Amino acid sequence: MRHIISVLMENEPGALSRVVGLFAQRNYNIESLTVAPTEDGTLSRLTVTTIGNDRVVEQITKQLNKLVDVVKVVDLSEGEHIEREVMMIKLKASGQMRAEIKSTCDIFRGQIIDVTPTTYTVQLVGASDKLDAFINALGSASIMEVVRSGVCGIARGEKVLSL
Amino acid sequence: MVVRALKDEGVKYIYGYPGGSLLHVYDALFQQEDVQHILVRHEQAATHMADAYARATGKAGVALVTSGPGATNAVTGIATAFMDSIPMVVITGQVMSHLIGEDAFQETDMLGISRPIVKHNFSVQRPEDIPGIVKKAFHIAESGRPGPVVIDLPKDMTTPTERYPYEYPQHVKMRSYTPITRGHSGQIKKATDLLLTAKRPVIYAGGGVIMGNASNELIELAQLLNFPVTNTLMGLGGYPGTDRQFVGMLGMHGSYEANMAMHHADLILAVGARFDDRVTNGTDKFCPTAKIVHIDIDPASISKTVQADIPIVGPAKVVLEEMVQLVNASQQRPDAAALHAWWQQIDEWRQRHGGRYRTDDSELMKPQQVIEMLSKVTNGDAFVTSDVGQHQMFAAQYYKFNKPNRWINSGGLGTMGFGLPAAMGVKMNFPDDEVVCVTGEGSIQMNIQELSTCNQYDLPVKILCLNNQSLGMVRQWQDMNYESRHSQSYMNSLPDFVKLVESYGHVGIKVEKYADLEGAMREAFALKDRLVFMDVAVDPFEHVYPMQVPRGAMRDMWLSKTERT
Ligand SMILES: Cc1ncc(C[n+]2csc(CCOP(=O)(O)OP(=O)(O)O)c2C)c(N)n1
Ligand SMILES: [Mg+2]
Repeated sequence: MRHIISVLMENEPGALSRVVGLFAQRNYNIESLTVAPTEDGTLSRLTVTTIGNDRVVEQITKQLNKLVDVVKVVDLSEGEHIEREVMMIKLKASGQMRAEIKSTCDIFRGQIIDVTPTTYTVQLVGASDKLDAFINALGSASIMEVVRSGVCGIARGEKVLSL
Repeated sequence: MVVRALKDEGVKYIYGYPGGSLLHVYDALFQQEDVQHILVRHEQAATHMADAYARATGKAGVALVTSGPGATNAVTGIATAFMDSIPMVVITGQVMSHLIGEDAFQETDMLGISRPIVKHNFSVQRPEDIPGIVKKAFHIAESGRPGPVVIDLPKDMTTPTERYPYEYPQHVKMRSYTPITRGHSGQIKKATDLLLTAKRPVIYAGGGVIMGNASNELIELAQLLNFPVTNTLMGLGGYPGTDRQFVGMLGMHGSYEANMAMHHADLILAVGARFDDRVTNGTDKFCPTAKIVHIDIDPASISKTVQADIPIVGPAKVVLEEMVQLVNASQQRPDAAALHAWWQQIDEWRQRHGGRYRTDDSELMKPQQVIEMLSKVTNGDAFVTSDVGQHQMFAAQYYKFNKPNRWINSGGLGTMGFGLPAAMGVKMNFPDDEVVCVTGEGSIQMNIQELSTCNQYDLPVKILCLNNQSLGMVRQWQDMNYESRHSQSYMNSLPDFVKLVESYGHVGIKVEKYADLEGAMREAFALKDRLVFMDVAVDPFEHVYPMQVPRGAMRDMWLSKTERT
């Protein structure tokens, strides 16, 4: 099963490499990983999506917790949560394809953020499967380049991950 | 600042080897007398000495090595300590900060190299941080589940002409690191209730009992309940080896009775043990009828390879203490009739195959006999360090350890070359105790240069070399799995060890007949202030038994070259 694990850690050099190294060393899979400082400059928030059975994911959270730089770990997938990912996608767009792409964009609530006579660059925000669906809807012929941010997640309701 | 911080931490000995990046530190060492530096002959030995000091005392040992090759030579020692959860602080020199990343002379990325084999590592970026980092390093190394910590120290952090405010912190507080200090009372209660209803219980105790200083509590609980106790390779000495309730080591080369008892148990109380693959054999067939209570300080050790029914995260000492109190306070008593029947069964196993080897089929000395003699001559009280191979397993099986922290071996990494420097690290700190390194002619050659260090610092350790003229453990596997094709497991150019040690200024004794063994050993131990190397010729064809059948259950074992369970 796919899990979204959120990690609050010291914003220090070496902390990220410890997390990434742990996944490589213990043969855990990483689907996506994002990291940035939080409103408290001494803390970073890292979100990693991984696929594994319950036992593996339990080990992942325990091993992450063991890292000395890591302050807190939650598996967001255990509760109600919201996930978002940003994608920018550059598409071949000329002639009648332009209208077609534009309407697909509208259906997915994408925004065209850059235009040339032969290309569109589209920005799309949503859960990862929505981004996947958009890519499928376009078909590979028109896609020139895809860049995705990786997943960010947050719990629903009043639950927070903080100190 | 580095040396002063070590002094303030109460460090007496550090083990190391100088080099360009550490010259400022070595100059500071020269100008004081509180912290004594021991000069080894290879950095690997420095880490093993520091590691063995920690294994014998529970306190972190300290090694100091220069950048580049000095640091990489220390890697094996760091990994050895990491695998066995041993507290250690390793200070590695580093090139000047402004050169880092430029492939400077003797630069290696020690933070990167050490990351998967340390509990934590630090890089010093401002000299004024040194006292705080040193304090944190010791705190992290020694608390919770212990482990090695590396401090990478760029040369310009130690410039003697620059002065900084110095204050050694009294306490450490880290929001991201708070080791657990006690177990969950509800879980402990649940577990204790289960203990009191068990009919075929086994206590399976590991290195956590040794490092967690919980041996007394373990003995108290086991004797209160009259439960059998088995130790892992790392746990030997945690329960007295000569006590009736001790059923021996378990696992791949565990005793017949320990492995049988585990397989048939209805309750396993695991304390400070991690269900390592060398213990469990095939996990799918592991102890099919047992409920498992698992006490460990590291939550990640629980349910990692074998699912625990009652997990208890906490220090072994505190949790066992609480269990003793609960048992004492409870109305319920252990099921005496069931335990009586269980002990009868165990004693029958013990009778049938326990601690047995053949002495009749060859003229040659058996390695088992040699270890039994060592146990007799030293009353089971010596510090015994070991290398890796058949001799290690024989020492674990046949030396009767009565006290914790006395059996010092590389269990997790299995590092050949560990034994001699480990013996030195212990002897340095326990000059009045007997310290013996049990080794093989293969392993001893991996750090034999340290005979020179022993000479320099007058370290009269005893070395007992079970010389089977081969990499015995490798050869055993080749006998069993490769139709005795002995690929590269034979050494036909061994040195004359007696002459070799004499050239280092020590005493060598060669023993070829069993009749001479006891005399030779007594003579060696009588030479209190000399290092004595006993080169004992043993049967080169002997195998270590029992040996579990790969991927089988605990009870599936070879008992000799011809018998299987
Ligand atoms: C550094 C290292 N290299 C290789 C091995 C693999 N290995 C395990 S036991 C062994 C043979 C050890 O020979 P010896 O020291 O003579 O002990 P014996 O088994 O003969 O008692 C080897 C090569 C190891 N454990 N460590
Ligand atoms: Mg040998």
